[in-house]
Amino acid sequence: MARITAGVASSHVPLLGVASDQGKDEDSYFRPIFAGYDWTRAWEAAEKPDVVILVYNDHASAFDMKIIPTFAIGCGEQYKPADEGWGPRQVPDVEGHPDLAWHIAQSLILDEFDMTIINEMDVDHGLTVPLSMMFGKPDTWPCKVIPLAVNVVTYPPPSGNRCWALGEAIRKAVESFPEDLNVQVWGTGGMSHQLQGPRAGLINQEWDNRFLDGLIGSSDALRRIPHLEYLRETGSEGIEMVMWLVMRGAMGTNTRMLHRHYHVPCSNTAIGHLVLRPDNGEGLDMTGSEPAAIAAE
Amino acid sequence: MTGPTNIHEYLAAFDDIPGTRVFTAKRARQGYQLNQFAMSLMKAENRARFKADERAYLVDWNLTDEQREALLARDYNRLLDLGGNVYFLAKVFSTDGQSFAQAVSTMTGMSFEDYTAMMVGGGRSPEGQRSIKANGAAGADPLESN
Repeated sequence: MARITAGVASSHVPLLGVASDQGKDEDSYFRPIFAGYDWTRAWEAAEKPDVVILVYNDHASAFDMKIIPTFAIGCGEQYKPADEGWGPRQVPDVEGHPDLAWHIAQSLILDEFDMTIINEMDVDHGLTVPLSMMFGKPDTWPCKVIPLAVNVVTYPPPSGNRCWALGEAIRKAVESFPEDLNVQVWGTGGMSHQLQGPRAGLINQEWDNRFLDGLIGSSDALRRIPHLEYLRETGSEGIEMVMWLVMRGAMGTNTRMLHRHYHVPCSNTAIGHLVLRPDNGEGLDMTGSEPAAIAAE
Repeated sequence: MTGPTNIHEYLAAFDDIPGTRVFTAKRARQGYQLNQFAMSLMKAENRARFKADERAYLVDWNLTDEQREALLARDYNRLLDLGGNVYFLAKVFSTDGQSFAQAVSTMTGMSFEDYTAMMVGGGRSPEGQRSIKANGAAGADPLESN
């Protein structure tokens, strides 16, 4: 049976793609950002996930104003990096997992989530930057990827509660797939940032860290944060954090933290990154740092 | 439930956030042609045509005079007011060879150097930036004076 073995949360700042592609990741500005992903790159190399369900938002690349799906799932064979205005990133094409993706799509629709099914699209920095942060610069990405796009651009985006429930339904779908697959769910975007208007540059470190705290353990308080609070407290683009709640919902009742990283600034934003284990007494392989070792970091 | 279910209350609350234009349906409709124009710049040949003669390129799009002039002036706050969305407008500033941070700084009334220094110093504090009403009650409204 397929099983969800870990959840990863990460910002997906486009500048990090530029830094990675141009070899600037060791520069003094970028080193503290990339250093927070060193642990994860080594861990991912050991974990060898078969499939990543990558929750992200399209930034007016695959979807323009003609079509605005609230939740869309990529069921295609392959996705190319999008040209976002400065030419496509020179990173590998993304290989899909159509069998699992279609299975999840069908299961979600039966669970009353009205998914949009995408067979052909390009994927932008929202999806490719997290792959670079977690896997570095391989010739091919080391796993299959199922893109799951959430509208967080045109209001209203889905509520945090709905995103959490979608994650719960994804977990159910994955666990009913007969093939033995190691599946991770990644929630990307965030943390606090505002890219527009006179209030641009807003950063709320205290709020961000409370949000990170809330993803660890068994509390489900984060699912009840209203959109207005994200807007007021974390800036207009902080709403992307609802996508982390899809990942969290997919982890089940309890989670254990393996790795945590937070840094300000990265371009206009705060960088947040978290690696979680579902910790529901299911006998999953619990490799990775122990809590005591993390506390000593 | 996680917030207001009354759409009027939900939308009205967005008007109380200082220095912020939430991309509501009203703005999405107002800026449809503007944002689709920006989207066209995802193709290299369109970027080349636009760079060669901006005004001529814009004739193909059903923009208002205000939207056209704000685009030519790269007045991003004005473009947000006229229905533009930053992820679409990003195609304009990437065509110009500007980074997100450079373009975003132009909306703040700060120089790029001052904006960058603010970010390196931890960003813009949320203190006094949460609510126009609360700021009014406290007798201060720093962003709305912009």
